[in-house]
Amino acid sequence: MSSVGASTLLSVRDLRVGFATEGGLLQAVDGVSFDLAAGEVLAVVGESGSGKSVTAQTLLGLTRSPNARIAGSVRLGGTELLDADDATLHGIRGDRMAMVFQDPMTSFNPVYRIGAQIVEAIRAHRPETSKGAAREQAVELLGSVGIPEPERRVDAYPYELSGGMRQRAMIAMALALDPEVLIADEPTTALDVTVQAQILRLLEQLNRERGLATILITHDLGVVAETADRVLVMYAGRVVEQGTLEEIFYDPQHPYTWGLLGSLTRLDRERPERLPQIGGAPPSLIDLPAGCSFRPRCPHAFGRCEELPGLDARLPDAPGHLDRCWLDPETKRGGRPQ
Amino acid sequence: MARFAARRLLGMVAVLFAVSVLTFLIFNVIPSSDPAQRMAGKTATPQLIANITEEWGFDDPLPQQYLTMMEKVFSGDLISYEGREDVDERIVEGIPATFSLCLGAVVIWMFFGVLFGYLSAVRSGGILDRALTVLAITGLSIPIFLIGEVFLVYLTYKTEILPSGGYVEFGESPLEWAEHLVLPWVTLAIVYIGIYSRILRANMLDAMNEDHVRTARAKGLRERHVMTRHVMRNSLVPIVTLLGLDVGALLGGAIVVEAIFSLNGIGEYAYISLINTDLPPIMAIVLFGAFFIVLFNALVDIAYAYLDPRVKLGESAQ
Repeated sequence: MSSVGASTLLSVRDLRVGFATEGGLLQAVDGVSFDLAAGEVLAVVGESGSGKSVTAQTLLGLTRSPNARIAGSVRLGGTELLDADDATLHGIRGDRMAMVFQDPMTSFNPVYRIGAQIVEAIRAHRPETSKGAAREQAVELLGSVGIPEPERRVDAYPYELSGGMRQRAMIAMALALDPEVLIADEPTTALDVTVQAQILRLLEQLNRERGLATILITHDLGVVAETADRVLVMYAGRVVEQGTLEEIFYDPQHPYTWGLLGSLTRLDRERPERLPQIGGAPPSLIDLPAGCSFRPRCPHAFGRCEELPGLDARLPDAPGHLDRCWLDPETKRGGRPQ
Repeated sequence: MARFAARRLLGMVAVLFAVSVLTFLIFNVIPSSDPAQRMAGKTATPQLIANITEEWGFDDPLPQQYLTMMEKVFSGDLISYEGREDVDERIVEGIPATFSLCLGAVVIWMFFGVLFGYLSAVRSGGILDRALTVLAITGLSIPIFLIGEVFLVYLTYKTEILPSGGYVEFGESPLEWAEHLVLPWVTLAIVYIGIYSRILRANMLDAMNEDHVRTARAKGLRERHVMTRHVMRNSLVPIVTLLGLDVGALLGGAIVVEAIFSLNGIGEYAYISLINTDLPPIMAIVLFGAFFIVLFNALVDIAYAYLDPRVKLGESAQ
């Protein structure tokens, strides 16, 4: 997992993002590392405040600000992005690595037509493209993400489209320059359930047909189950477990992951009285508990949890399956809810 | 659009009616304003006063007097009590000076207001922002008549850098036109520069946190492009609203500035007429001013629909 293979597109090492606030340093991301291979779908899962969105935005340099303390390494191909100058960053954003955001309602500028906003993205990177040619590309893009009558919709204002159409248009804009990596930050959270499924199918299709490497940020393991190859579970700014989709779903090692899986509604099981939930609330990122940060909420916590467990492979038969939990794997297999 | 125009036209008639009635009533309740007495002069005989009263209809019932005056305003027959000038003619003569003053002031305040507001927002919290904030608050706090007088004393009487007042037609000499107007322009514009830069700054700071600005950055747009095309563009809507209201009501500021710099436009005419409690020109100027206020309000709504595509004309009040 830690070796940078030939097909590794994006490599994140020990990423730390903190924000200076009046209450002290808020450590939103604390030592996150992962690799993204070409053509892979990596899901980053966690509650609000787990640091998943901050991680995603930091990859593109969107969290840069005077209060932000960013350390570690993010390499795309051979380029280090964390200390890249503005020109390098502008060249990468949208062109090699594009992003789709949570709320398509507010993520388009309300005063410009959809087409104009796509044309703007194209011409920012390919100034030699004429407006007419860029517009034709926009029409094509809108058609390719399943928007009916793209030649009419290209002149629509964002408010004239439905939520699902708007998110499709957002994805079309992200695809405008044929990026290598697509970061989708909660792309279905603001949408109706039926529309959610359509958007996920679209993302899956793009991954399959274009080999588009995708980082899918979500709090919804149901979304993950449908699309991801690999899963990163984050809690309080740290990765607490990572592995393939099968490993995370069928042999979860961290009690936090058990909690997330337990709160899924499943059609193949009898419906419980009330959906199980993880007790308590995520800790304050300004004042994290020492040791394992999940300890205060963990029903299985014991003495050793006062020491922070490393993100290590603890299963002899699964070297790529890492977790941060001191519990003995055999105990866990017995103790976790099925 | 037709419905919008019709509704606005109807609104304009109502406003002009209300304003004219109010103006008329005010002049009939303030004391010692018998115009016949003043027109007849200090040594007038009672007979002369009676004749004038009769001739001008000052003893007619008030509604009758009001109607007569309105008829005269709109037919161009209105004569002032003081000096018996043709009021409409005098207003038309004053238009070039007043329009030159207002237009130049608007250009100056929009340019500097938007520039300062933009710079403060982009450099928010920095030295430039703080300096501009102090400047804006200073500009806002000093009354127009003081700024005007200080300019007059230091830039014309003491140093003679600029002419001390009066108006030169643009057609006569564009250079002298500008020379005579530059101080009045700045005097009138200063307060508005302060207001506009503060409002634009606040709006831009709000707009910077919008999701779509993050999208614009994620697309790879350059920071300046993000700031102008996305942040500032979306912050201009309230500025345009204000501009419409302020330009419509600019005659108020013009009255003071024209009086200071003797521009001999409509503003100065209003000032003199007010001192003389000369109802006919005041009535005409008030209607003239009210007309522009209503007109610019309608223009604001049209500009709104252009600036924000979500706004549709003629539907807002439904």
